[in-house]
Amino acid sequence: MNESSGRFKPGDRVRVRAEDRPGHIRTPFYIRGKIGWVERVHGEFRNPESLAYGRDGLPKRPLYLVGFHQAEVWDKYAAPKDKLFIDIYEHWLDPA
Amino acid sequence: MSVDPSGKQNDPEHGHPHPKHELSYHAKRIYAIRELLLEKKVITREDIQTQVEYQEARSPANGAKLVARAWADPKFKARLLADPKAACAEMGIDATSLNEFVVLENTEKVRHMVVCTLCSCYPRPILGRPPDWYKSLNYRARAVNDPRGVMREFGQELGADVEVRVHDSTADIRYLVLPLRPSGTDGFSEQDLAKLVTRDSMIGVVDALPAIPGAPKNS
Repeated sequence: MNESSGRFKPGDRVRVRAEDRPGHIRTPFYIRGKIGWVERVHGEFRNPESLAYGRDGLPKRPLYLVGFHQAEVWDKYAAPKDKLFIDIYEHWLDPA
Repeated sequence: MSVDPSGKQNDPEHGHPHPKHELSYHAKRIYAIRELLLEKKVITREDIQTQVEYQEARSPANGAKLVARAWADPKFKARLLADPKAACAEMGIDATSLNEFVVLENTEKVRHMVVCTLCSCYPRPILGRPPDWYKSLNYRARAVNDPRGVMREFGQELGADVEVRVHDSTADIRYLVLPLRPSGTDGFSEQDLAKLVTRDSMIGVVDALPAIPGAPKNS
């Protein structure tokens, strides 16, 4: 793991890009456009959006564990302390 | 499924008649692909057999061993949380095929639950093949937006003071939940502890099994 590889560090607020495009994407639709925080830097991994088509997945992309408050992801989510964590590649994140 | 250990295609009747089953479209397709791969010498029958045995050998028993050891030995638990793959190697569990492996520790105040909303990502070397419900659209949708409702269906009602953390494993990381050690298990052997560690408790939809009062503590 390379903690210093990416542009974000634990605690940074990030917004998931609200893009949509055809093809293999690992960012779930339900989380696009939502704001969360970087919980952990996982390191750099080959890009599955390229690997899925038999390409080399290079350059590697930083991958983050991003946390969200459930109440901010879903309307009418009742338990205020509950959280959701998703592994998201850096090119799907903007500073928030 | 029974497997011919020789890996050869034997006489299908081998001395006694078998009922005839029509293969499904997908079964026919996969057998056709297999035959092509063999014909073109991309893989051998031995490769297939080795892979089948490898897949079958991986089961939730691996995860239960890890959890039971972690419950019994705080130092091992610390190693399991800090470097899960090394801890697996220590227990003779091959986790090398996992890109990254993270263990999520449950506490009285925090419960973790794992899902893959995009497909069926699962820590297979530790838990074997995922159950069908884990791959169902119903679980994949509701695990993220109603985890407490899902847990309730598995028989677990959590209080409002407990925080639920759902992990949607969308990429290269595989997650295993380290469930809470049930109360009343002081003095249990690792073997007996492992019996309380269910597959579902390591996905995080329920706690481990309760200790049965009056059960023998050491076997």
